[in-house]
Amino acid sequence: MSTPKPTLETTFAGIKCMNPFWLASAPPTNCGEQVMRAFDAGWGGAVWKTIGAPITNVSSRYSSIDWDGHRMMGLNNIELISDRPTEVNLREIAEVKRRYPKNIVIASLMVESKRETWHEIVQRAEDAGADGLELNFGCPHGMSERGMGSAVGQVPEYCEQITSWVKEKARTPVIVKLTPNISDIRMPARAAKRAGADALSAINTINSITGINLDNFQPNPNVDGKSSHGGYCGPAVKPIALNMVQQVQSDPAAALPLSGIGGIGTWRDAAEFILLGCGNVQVCTAVMHYGYRIIEDMQDGLLAWMAEKGFTTIDDFRGLSLPNVTDWKYLNLNYKIVARIHEDLCIGCQLCYTACWDGAHQCIHLDRTAPAPDTTRTPAMVEATSAQRISTTPIPKLDSGGAAHSSAITPLERIPRVDEEHCVGCNLCALVCPVENCITMEQINNGLPPQNWDERTSAGLVPEGAREVMNTNG
Amino acid sequence: MSQRASYRQQFSPAPEIAAKFGDIHPPLGSQAATVEANRCLYCFDAPCTAACPTHIDVPRFIKKIASGNLAGSARTILDANILGASCSRACPVNVLCEGSCVMHRYNKQPIQIGRLQQFAMDSFHASGNPLPFEPGEETGRSVALIGAGPASLACAAELRRRGIRATIHDARPLPGGLNTYGIAEYKLTLADSLHEIDLLAQLGVEFRFETPVDAALLAQLESTHDAIFLGIGLGGIHQLGVAGEQLAGVTNALDLIAGYKSGLITTSPARVAVVGAGNTAIDAAIASVRLGAVEVHMIYRRGAEHMSAFSFEYEHAKQEGVNFFWHVQPTAIRGTGSVESLQLTRLAPTTDGSLILEPGSEFTLPIDLVVLAIGQGTHTTFLPNGSGSATIQLERGRIVIDRVSGQTSNPKYFAGGDCTNGGREVVDAVADGKRAGIGIAAWLEGNHVHA
Ligand SMILES: Cc1cc2nc3c(=O)[nH]c(=O)nc-3n(C[C@H](O)[C@H](O)[C@H](O)COP(=O)(O)O)c2cc1C
Ligand code: SF4
Ligand code: SF4
Ligand code: SF4
Repeated sequence: MSTPKPTLETTFAGIKCMNPFWLASAPPTNCGEQVMRAFDAGWGGAVWKTIGAPITNVSSRYSSIDWDGHRMMGLNNIELISDRPTEVNLREIAEVKRRYPKNIVIASLMVESKRETWHEIVQRAEDAGADGLELNFGCPHGMSERGMGSAVGQVPEYCEQITSWVKEKARTPVIVKLTPNISDIRMPARAAKRAGADALSAINTINSITGINLDNFQPNPNVDGKSSHGGYCGPAVKPIALNMVQQVQSDPAAALPLSGIGGIGTWRDAAEFILLGCGNVQVCTAVMHYGYRIIEDMQDGLLAWMAEKGFTTIDDFRGLSLPNVTDWKYLNLNYKIVARIHEDLCIGCQLCYTACWDGAHQCIHLDRTAPAPDTTRTPAMVEATSAQRISTTPIPKLDSGGAAHSSAITPLERIPRVDEEHCVGCNLCALVCPVENCITMEQINNGLPPQNWDERTSAGLVPEGAREVMNTNG
Repeated sequence: MSQRASYRQQFSPAPEIAAKFGDIHPPLGSQAATVEANRCLYCFDAPCTAACPTHIDVPRFIKKIASGNLAGSARTILDANILGASCSRACPVNVLCEGSCVMHRYNKQPIQIGRLQQFAMDSFHASGNPLPFEPGEETGRSVALIGAGPASLACAAELRRRGIRATIHDARPLPGGLNTYGIAEYKLTLADSLHEIDLLAQLGVEFRFETPVDAALLAQLESTHDAIFLGIGLGGIHQLGVAGEQLAGVTNALDLIAGYKSGLITTSPARVAVVGAGNTAIDAAIASVRLGAVEVHMIYRRGAEHMSAFSFEYEHAKQEGVNFFWHVQPTAIRGTGSVESLQLTRLAPTTDGSLILEPGSEFTLPIDLVVLAIGQGTHTTFLPNGSGSATIQLERGRIVIDRVSGQTSNPKYFAGGDCTNGGREVVDAVADGKRAGIGIAAWLEGNHVHA
């Protein structure tokens, strides 16, 4: 019996969509022409670039962080909401919906904190044909000075108040977009839920300064010598977004259908957000970097993975990983792993060696060719010995045998050895090793039954002082 | 202090040479250099550093390129190797640093260490900054160095950094020895070699050019200095010992290379035979191709598997269109007035592995220029040999030294480079010179000798 073919169709907060991939409210959804091209490429939905009172943008607006040859690991912007008149945006939304009835258009809104103003914009957006509304309570710059954006998102009472005004009027689902620039993301999420929001989306951008020019001492992006706190997004923010998604989804007072945002660029990223409970995902930076065309593999890859895992719908795996994230005090303290170096793969770079000596527990050693294990030699002693070696250019005629040492095989003395008894299983060496699967972390059977901190404390095995320390860590 | 003359201007090669000997390793752009630098893993106790005879801290200088600290990168290189710029161009990196890069074991291209080093050194030279070292506090001691090649230059730099006076003597009008006169122009230009050496004068290294040292001058130097460093390289190229060797149109590889590098030779006759199959022979053969020869033949007594050139040099020669004759020996050079042909005889191996001429196998190649590259002799007759001063021990013509300190059997004499190792690379000479500089300073310290 074969499982039915997987489908990407989803229903998010009552909104039915051909796939869970939406464009986030940002430059890629700035106008109708763009959104229609995105739908042609395969995007299921688009959250329109935030509509609101007229604004003026600055130039320049973006700056980024490159890492190790990769461009735009993190992107920062100081741009505001849409700089086009509301009428134009709404007219284009109507046009897009007329031509692409099956695709989803969400109107992202941000207006003055007045009941009538919100009522009016909700009415107009819905009249234009929007399938839902996203309340932008997250913009970290520019708008907050005017009492909008994150100025609202950071104060749960305002968030609750405005959401309830919107709910009074709205006929379509209301999504509240959360700002990460707050110490506990659950607070505004709970407020939105109390006010009757139908869904949440998270995260918006994170306050950032991407860098300072070392020649003129001016920050990026440079606007006539000055810059401002901007919003950070892209691959760098994904771990932060995942954490916030998990926090919201495991809090019954906050959990709602959640649209995951933050650093999503591939189907793998999307699958991770869905595994932590998201109903769909939104993408901005990856599209700004590579264009709408990335949707092809996002769909293709996710479908292939679902088929491989035997999932037929998004709901089949949504939230599956939530129970696996728990508090530190519930982790098994008797679980023991150690690092194993696979000699056949090791290239002898010795990054694991330095990492363990300087950043972990000094239990990787370079003593394979020593007569007996020698754990007393420090890195400085190893280097001092090498510095004394005399090497010469191997000249075929002068050096009988001719050939230099073969560089294809790692000499035994360059392959580090793990002292398993002292290895604490921190993973660091495996993380720094440049060769895939060269260091694996292997479980050691220590014969002990699972026991977590809670159990250990209640069994009276932990002294009073230690309890305090460990609790604050948790 | 030397006047900061621009050697590049003063010694820029003849335009036809510059055009025919374009840089074999075009410089990396700054973004390409950063990307390549970031590829380096930053190995601990790095094998590339161990393989470098001067032990340049390769990952350190590469990470400094990645971080944009180019001055620091050059300082790291120069600290270990005062001729870091020449070496980045002249070193056979495939058998040294790049050959031992761990990337080989990961099915990846090794890090382009040579080109990164060149990038760091080029930007250092472009900055016009002085060497990032100060001479040491003057100790009042002094050393005479014979020969102005890489070994003496490296030794002199070490001595100056330790406050010891260093005076280099050389028979030629320009410093650098083979570094200046003997490296294929497409690897290292004469002007770049001179420019690099010019910086050494800032450390207070003194030069006596056109000063050949004979036994008498050596005795005088010995009595006025605390130590002598011999960086005299090798002697002339061996003779073939066949009829016709005196004809016009017979030359040797070193003269040919020095000639075109200094602009005295700008063209080549049509048909050239290079006798020998070492790295110098290959350089001469490729130079002949570049200078306009129509046919270039390399003549070697043994087979390709026995040639002493690096295999990448052999490949390069093949790409340039050089033709190879294996298992043949020149038995006569023919011509009236100048060379017209080269008579070759085939060689057959005997059971004991030696080679004998195969009777009746003679054949003749029409040739306009014969270039000999069959190894160099030594140049040691002027050295102390027992009368008055302790003998300097030789072995097969090479000066015997203690590898760590460079000291010879005569404690006041130190040596390094080709005259001790039989002819290796620039970088080996630099390493020898550096060890000897440190060795001399330590010996003077321990001995408290005073002239
Ligand atoms: C240039 C730029 C402009 C943005 N403008 C808006 C906006 O008007 N409204 C909004 O809700 N979010 C806006 N965002 C935030 C994105 O919608 C999204 O939440 C964020 O970029 C994180 O997703 P990512 O990592 O996929 O880029 C903007 C982001 C960028 C880079
Ligand atoms: S980091 Fe990996 S490849 Fe490098 S020495 Fe350690 S085990 Fe070998
Ligand atoms: S897991 Fe941590 S402690 Fe164990 S060998 Fe690796 S780095 Fe060292
Ligand atoms: S061996 Fe290769 S990767 Fe390792 S430090 Fe040297 S150049 Fe870098």
